[in-house]
Amino acid sequence: MKRPRVDTEANHRLITRRAAILGGVQLAFVAGLGARMQFLQVDQADQFRLLAEENRINIRLIPPSRGEVFDRNGVPLARNVPSYRIVIVPEDAGDVEDVVNRLNQIVPLDPDEVERAVAEMKRSAPFLPITFADEVTWEDLSRVSVNAPALPGVTPEVGLSRVYPLGSDYAHVLGYVGPVSDYDLERIEDQDPLLRIPRFQIGKVGVEAKAEGALRGKGGAKRVEVNATGRVMRELDRREGTSGADLQLTIDSKLQSYVQARLNGESASAIVMDVQSGDLLAIASAPTFDPNLFVRGISSRDYNALTENKYRPLASKSVQGTYPPGSTFKMITAMAALEEGLIGPDDTVYCPGHLEVAERKFHCWKRAGHGWVDLQNSLKQSCDVYYYDLALKVGIEKISAMANRFGLGVRHDVPMSAVASGLTPTKDWKARVHGQDWVIGDTVNASIGQGYMLASPLQLAVMTARLASGRAVEPRLVKTVDGVEQPSGTGESLGVNENNLRKMRRAMYEVVNDRRGTAYGSRIIEDAMRMAGKTGTSQVRNITTAERARGVTRNEDLPWERRDHALFVNFAPYDNPKYAVAVVVEHGGGGSKAAAPIARDVTLQALYGEEPPLDAYPTKDRGRIKEQQRVLRGIEPVANISGKDQA
Amino acid sequence: MSYLEYTVKHVPAGPRKILYMNWPLALLLAAVAGVGFLMLYSVAGGSFSPWAEPQMKRFAAGFVLMMMIAMVPIWFWRNMASLAYLGSLALLLAVEFFGSVGMGAQRWIDLGFMRLQPSELMKVTLVLMLAAYYDWLPAYRKSRPFWVLLPVLLILIPTALVLKQPDLGTSILLMAAGGGLMFLAGVHWAYFAAVFAAGAGLVTAVLQSRATDWQLLKDYQFRRIDTFLDPSSDPLGAGYHITQSKIALGSGGWTGRGFMQGTQSRLNFLPEKHTDFIFTTLAEEFGFIGAFSLLALYALIILFCVASAVANKDRFSSLLTLGIALNFFLFFAVNMSMVMGLAPVVGVPLPLVSYGGSAMLVLMLAFGLAQSAHVHRPR
Repeated sequence: MKRPRVDTEANHRLITRRAAILGGVQLAFVAGLGARMQFLQVDQADQFRLLAEENRINIRLIPPSRGEVFDRNGVPLARNVPSYRIVIVPEDAGDVEDVVNRLNQIVPLDPDEVERAVAEMKRSAPFLPITFADEVTWEDLSRVSVNAPALPGVTPEVGLSRVYPLGSDYAHVLGYVGPVSDYDLERIEDQDPLLRIPRFQIGKVGVEAKAEGALRGKGGAKRVEVNATGRVMRELDRREGTSGADLQLTIDSKLQSYVQARLNGESASAIVMDVQSGDLLAIASAPTFDPNLFVRGISSRDYNALTENKYRPLASKSVQGTYPPGSTFKMITAMAALEEGLIGPDDTVYCPGHLEVAERKFHCWKRAGHGWVDLQNSLKQSCDVYYYDLALKVGIEKISAMANRFGLGVRHDVPMSAVASGLTPTKDWKARVHGQDWVIGDTVNASIGQGYMLASPLQLAVMTARLASGRAVEPRLVKTVDGVEQPSGTGESLGVNENNLRKMRRAMYEVVNDRRGTAYGSRIIEDAMRMAGKTGTSQVRNITTAERARGVTRNEDLPWERRDHALFVNFAPYDNPKYAVAVVVEHGGGGSKAAAPIARDVTLQALYGEEPPLDAYPTKDRGRIKEQQRVLRGIEPVANISGKDQA
Repeated sequence: MSYLEYTVKHVPAGPRKILYMNWPLALLLAAVAGVGFLMLYSVAGGSFSPWAEPQMKRFAAGFVLMMMIAMVPIWFWRNMASLAYLGSLALLLAVEFFGSVGMGAQRWIDLGFMRLQPSELMKVTLVLMLAAYYDWLPAYRKSRPFWVLLPVLLILIPTALVLKQPDLGTSILLMAAGGGLMFLAGVHWAYFAAVFAAGAGLVTAVLQSRATDWQLLKDYQFRRIDTFLDPSSDPLGAGYHITQSKIALGSGGWTGRGFMQGTQSRLNFLPEKHTDFIFTTLAEEFGFIGAFSLLALYALIILFCVASAVANKDRFSSLLTLGIALNFFLFFAVNMSMVMGLAPVVGVPLPLVSYGGSAMLVLMLAFGLAQSAHVHRPR
């Protein structure tokens, strides 16, 4: 065995020296590491602590439940109902395919849905639940729950989904909700983080959209601890949000359903408004659609059917449709003249069937003419020449100003989509928009609500309510928000001469109740409920001189879209006005024939609060009305609300 | 040869040798390993499996191995030096041809009961070889160019093989350990000055060459350098590890977040939390006090080794002990620099703490040699 050698002293000193140098370097490095540690852990600890918290804590939003909507009597119009869906957590399921097959035997699954779910599953983390069936019925859900032991990873989930129990009756008033789209996000300036929740439902149109702020509520939040892959480890704390406010509308759902049924088959709209408070009791537009289809995501086939229908079911004609008001405008022309003192008590005008103004013939609807007419007769028989004559005396500016006072040409603040402001033309307006001078013929046309004049059914109802009450009544659609009564629409006095208003009301009474009145056929014979109104028939085409010479083509012989609009406005009872009604039947022909009967039925329904007795109708109509009532009772709103098994 | 001889009669013999071991050093090693068990228990979420228990068994085996090696006279190990070196070299070559691929690099040979990482073994056998070389070489020759070139080749051959695996971290450690041993042996300082100057020049040239016609590195390699210098420039990509590691460290504060309360490691934000990045868990859970204590333990181990080496009059023994201490220092210094964002992420475990059998056994083997040198020192 070799012995170990002892080194020379010199060499050992060298090694010791070198060891000391290297040891010193090592020590310095260790000191450096210590300093770095101190820098990170002591000096910057707060900053890194914060970053660590950011890493591990995620804020998750808790969506609030949306406010519900009721009618004035508390009948639910928009509700949240539990909707059930079946989700699978792939991680817990193990063999997902096997589990899906077993699930399919218990509850038939939609193959498309399964395909989508499987695709989604491949993209997401294995601990995230994947929806395999949506809108499952309670029975199916129970079957899944009972079989839970055989279905690992399958869990039923409950959510809330929006349902409109009265469906198509409120399609235009309430609108509908739908998931937030990219388009919505661009359009809305709202920074509410709730909107970032996938498939969060917001109001798209109608009250749902306009009252979104009140209905949505405030989101809650929970803080959860997550790991690096995003799995939730535990919930740290939660702050509940506040549910959206419930709304109560001024609509009377019984009346609304009746009006909607009465308009069935027409392309028409009707409004019932309280003349004192401005409450809108019914806002109907036909044809209509089922808003529930939109909540779930409408199929393109259904959607195309709606957009391609020439009667435009999606349009809310009662507030966004504008029409030449026709003869219903004559009260405004008359009021303008009366307020100017241009009509004496015995003043009459001779109607030969036309009036020549600026070398152009303006015709009365009655070719033979009305002869000598005074104010009352002119309205009763709807003589056009009388109003041509008035307009030439008053001038367009005063007429338009009077129209504005009665709510025409003014946008009323009703929480519905695309509320139209109509149009009351002035000289300035024509110069600005058309770059043309106002000609006298324009005034003549405007005097009978033709030409540039445009009004929505809502505006016509407001006009009528103001004529009846003498106040600047404003329409009101929302009665209470979260139980708090909203300001009433009873406005200030209009500030027009009450005597003049009385003359107009009397004349409107004659229109309906005098044997020669244009709406005599649609009178109410129950004395306490007699109505006063005005017919209107507005042209949508020009009648050429040649056509006039050979005889004006009858409406029935024209294609639908070229026929006249039929209008009728009225209030009732005459002695003690309660409701104002406006009805517009698009291309319906004459106002007295197409619109007035609807207005009478609606008025009676509103006054009685139920199906009116036949005694209220003229004797000879009763048979027909009885049959009509029987048919209307059979018309139910369309509302597909209970899951896909009914679809 | 003018070596002074001494008699063996002063060297302890038989089982009594155990009493002459460097017990403070052994206890320090056990203390560091204990810290490792604690952290492995913690990162497993308060469980001995899957890491703490095997690690404890390995350390026990390693400790026995250390004592067994310590019992064998140091001159036996000196005589085995060339054989051990050639054996390691052969294993490195074997790994080149039969090795298993792990983490994208060929590093180990599966021996059935354990995976042998020849590059780990090489760290020790290279030091052993160089210590024996300078023990054999007459002192007056050690700075002669030929006799300098020889150990340089002894270093570069295994370095090149390891670099080819590729394992940049270990190859740098091999070079540093080998160079350090040459320095300790007393090779003229001018050689080292020249190497440092050349290295610095090369680095400058590489950095200066960026975006010029004679660019020396590929663009992606430059980007890696950027990521190292500023990890926040790529927080979710290559900088992720280092960013998360610094967050864990920093959030520890003075006293830490408490045992098993470290959110960064418990929620898996830390990569490789049971191996290379285990120090961050310690720093997060026990704060500056805990982390600095571990650093102090490491420094004490170095100190005891250096003290033992300096007290040892045998050239081979003192060089070997210093070399092993240097190796150990490089181990923890590189790992800590890496997790603290001072060095690029190169994949060097924290000695005795990180989970891993090969590194643990090789380290205990090395300390066994240091113990043998201590036990059999000339008296």
